[in-house]
Amino acid sequence: MLLYALRRFVYLIPVAFGVSLLVFGLVHLAPGDPISAIVPPDAPKEVVDKLKEYYGFDQPLPVQYLRWLGVTLTGDLGTSIGTGRSVATEVATAFGNTIILAIAATTLAFSLAVVLGTAAAYAKSRLVDRLVTLISLVGVSVPHFWLAIVLVIIFAVELGALPPMGIGPENSTGWRLDRAHLAHMVLPTIALSVIPLGVVTRTVRSTIKETLSMEFVTALQAKGMSDIRILRHVLKNAAPTCLAVMGLQAGNLIGGSILIETVFAWPGTGFLLNSAIFRRDLPILQGTTLVLAFFFMMLNLTVDVIQTMVDPRIKRG
Amino acid sequence: MAIQSPSIDLGGTISVLLGRSGVSRGYWQSVGRRLRRDPVTLICAAILILLVAAALLAPWLGLADPYKTSMLRRLNPIGSPNNLLGTDELGRDMLARLIYGGRLSLFMGVTPVACALLIGGFLGIAAGFLGGRVNMAIMRTMDVFYAFPSVLLAISLSGAMGAGAENTLLALSLVFIPPICRVSESVTTQVRGFDFVDAAKASGASTLAIVRVHVLGNVLGPILVYATSLISVAIILAAGLSFLGLGVKPPEPEWGLMLNTLRQAIYVNPVLAALPGVMIFITSICFNLMSDGLRAAMDVKA
Amino acid sequence: MDSALPIADRGGPAQPLLLAKDLRKHFPVGGGLLGRGRKVVRAVDDLTISVAKGETLGVVGESGCGKSTVARLLIRLLRPDRGTLVLDGDPVDEPHGITVNELRRQVQMVFQDSYASLNPRLTIGETLAFAPKAHGLPAAEARARTRDLLAQVGLDPESYAERYPHELSGGQRQRVNIARALALRPRLVILDEAVSALDKSVEAQVLNMLVDLKSELGLTYVFISHDLNVVQYLSDRVLVMYLGKIVELGPVEAIYGNPLHPYTRALLSARPSMDPRKRTHEAPIQGDPPNPIDPPSGCRFRTRCPFAEDVCAAGEPLLTETPAQSVACHMRRPGSGHSKAAAA
Repeated sequence: MLLYALRRFVYLIPVAFGVSLLVFGLVHLAPGDPISAIVPPDAPKEVVDKLKEYYGFDQPLPVQYLRWLGVTLTGDLGTSIGTGRSVATEVATAFGNTIILAIAATTLAFSLAVVLGTAAAYAKSRLVDRLVTLISLVGVSVPHFWLAIVLVIIFAVELGALPPMGIGPENSTGWRLDRAHLAHMVLPTIALSVIPLGVVTRTVRSTIKETLSMEFVTALQAKGMSDIRILRHVLKNAAPTCLAVMGLQAGNLIGGSILIETVFAWPGTGFLLNSAIFRRDLPILQGTTLVLAFFFMMLNLTVDVIQTMVDPRIKRG
Repeated sequence: MAIQSPSIDLGGTISVLLGRSGVSRGYWQSVGRRLRRDPVTLICAAILILLVAAALLAPWLGLADPYKTSMLRRLNPIGSPNNLLGTDELGRDMLARLIYGGRLSLFMGVTPVACALLIGGFLGIAAGFLGGRVNMAIMRTMDVFYAFPSVLLAISLSGAMGAGAENTLLALSLVFIPPICRVSESVTTQVRGFDFVDAAKASGASTLAIVRVHVLGNVLGPILVYATSLISVAIILAAGLSFLGLGVKPPEPEWGLMLNTLRQAIYVNPVLAALPGVMIFITSICFNLMSDGLRAAMDVKA
Repeated sequence: MDSALPIADRGGPAQPLLLAKDLRKHFPVGGGLLGRGRKVVRAVDDLTISVAKGETLGVVGESGCGKSTVARLLIRLLRPDRGTLVLDGDPVDEPHGITVNELRRQVQMVFQDSYASLNPRLTIGETLAFAPKAHGLPAAEARARTRDLLAQVGLDPESYAERYPHELSGGQRQRVNIARALALRPRLVILDEAVSALDKSVEAQVLNMLVDLKSELGLTYVFISHDLNVVQYLSDRVLVMYLGKIVELGPVEAIYGNPLHPYTRALLSARPSMDPRKRTHEAPIQGDPPNPIDPPSGCRFRTRCPFAEDVCAAGEPLLTETPAQSVACHMRRPGSGHSKAAAA
């Protein structure tokens, strides 16, 4: 098992190399050279050259890449062109806020999905099954940023029950565990959880249904085992597939939070990325993308290893 | 946005034709027959055809000019005289903008999937059929793209390239190539394992002839079904990019962009502000249900 | 040259139709960190087979002994790690020999799974016409060929050409597979468990048809099966395989009448018999075959052989000629050191 985890990790190295190349390349996808974004068009040539030299843009591309890679590997993601602050610090703060929201949303989505999916798979009445299928269809089809706006309209504008934006009260400096901050989390959490809710409910429902139709369940019933104990066997069999989908969804949720964070002005990575794009703050764009991609890779690796641990059918390593 | 690879089932088709003695039917004929008996799929297809037709024929429907602003008639409520669905923040007719908006919104959703289907499908089938080093090279490259959540990849790419419809199309196509490539590779690898492919190889036919006759017919169906399931994701993503200001530029009517510009109106006319999202929602549901229907019609076990 | 014409016998009746020399195929499995310490399955290990013109060579052995790998090596669906193929005097895929495609014109194969070996999206007619068309036969002639083929395997061309595989029974599908193998008018047909999946009554019909086709078309068969009775019925010579190696080879009467290798004996005593006097009460072979990833040293059968001695672990037994057959067993090689072997 350890060997398998290790091998998967080693296998990630070339992928990580490719990712770094792609992220580095992002800067050069930008129209014009990266300096022109921050200096006025009539700036004197010496100033532009000096800036180019300062940021290393005067070197050939492979040299720039290696220098960037070397610096990045030490944990230094450069300085923000917009604010002059360290990219690593900015991204770390924002990432913390994103994770808080992501944990809340995945907890909500996955627990609800398991309950709904199991209920639908077991439901004797077609109505329950239909209803759950409808919920999951809406979950995968709804534009979640639009749902976020609708939630704001209903609960903040019309009812005035919840705050429409921000991470906390006006003077808040960061997330804290108190009533005011929790109230600010409610709407973004709901908006963020709809897609994983839809996808995971669907998976849980179909996997459990499939497991229930397997012969070992009939055998357990014939043995006179109680339904509750049979459910435990069924869940154990359905777990690996569901876990895999959940892992993928947890990662995609981090990506999807970009739109939600923008709607709610939640100071996370998505919000940071969005403002960096409009300020053409390329170091921030690069840094955020790199950190999120690495997080996603590590998450996938973890899910993969956990999946092999719970699924006795997969023998790897 | 879950990516689950469809599986090929050879045994399944047996049940279809039992009892229909004498008349032989090909696979696609029986798929078509089952689709025609599926009311949900038919209704969704009808709605989508209506949306597309309205968007294409918009200039001849007697609608108001979707670009004509009016300072006096800003944010008129739904049901106003002359403006059935009200007016937007610049006094433009909402009904006209929603219908014209279908042009860009649908185009921006379907085109990237179509491009990705061509490129990703080709790469995936090549990787799956040729195996070995070609497979390694193609699939390892795809793994790099897989290391990004799809929304992040789309936003970073179009963010770096700058706003504009072309850049959005390019970014979205890039986002959908890897999943389609992966699914194509996996179904092709499955088909390649069947004895009939070996039998064809043993007959000394050229690789091209084997792929054309024996592989494509068996893999295109599942790949197509998978691609249709991505259209709804693509439409939401494209609208999302425009919503962030990365896609279509104003004053073009586009549902995601309209959602963005109407956000300032949520305190004045909330229902109006939500309307473009309803259009995205309807389109996305219809594409999802159609894709499900197609999958069910093609999976004979269901 | 019209590639659809049958190819005449060139080397004379004494020259083997197909000669496979020292064929070896090992499959890598799993792998350690960065692919180091990889293990291999020794599916086929230095196998030499010669198929005479007009004969039926039966190949028997337990499942997993490498029978199917041999079949795929003979038609080059698998590339051997080592070894050569010689078709009627012409080496295959070598500078002065014939190409793999020419080999495949003359050697064809019928697979076990009648369903998986037919493309579900093609009609029977399209499937049968595929190979002739690929070899340049015009569509009209390919259609005519299809009708002849269907008639040859006892299926009515009128009603079967337009059908799809799922509309046929297992026996009918296997007839189609045989027809497909005949479409290029081959000289050698490899039948890999071709009747194993069929019902007994259907199996008998198909077997009889194979016998008829053979004499009618002057074919040579390599008949691979785990069913000893069927092999006895059909074969002229029999080859017994164990873990990728030949253990015994000889005329069918010799192998079935006087098996020399302990493995062959065990196999034969294990087969069900309808005659109560022939039933045996001793347990034939114990246990499962060893893992082909790490086959035992020396004689691969020694772990299950009741006569195993030290010499069996020390050296691999060579295939030794006896008056009637060849056998790879230390007991049959004079001077091998085994207590039951004759002195040198």
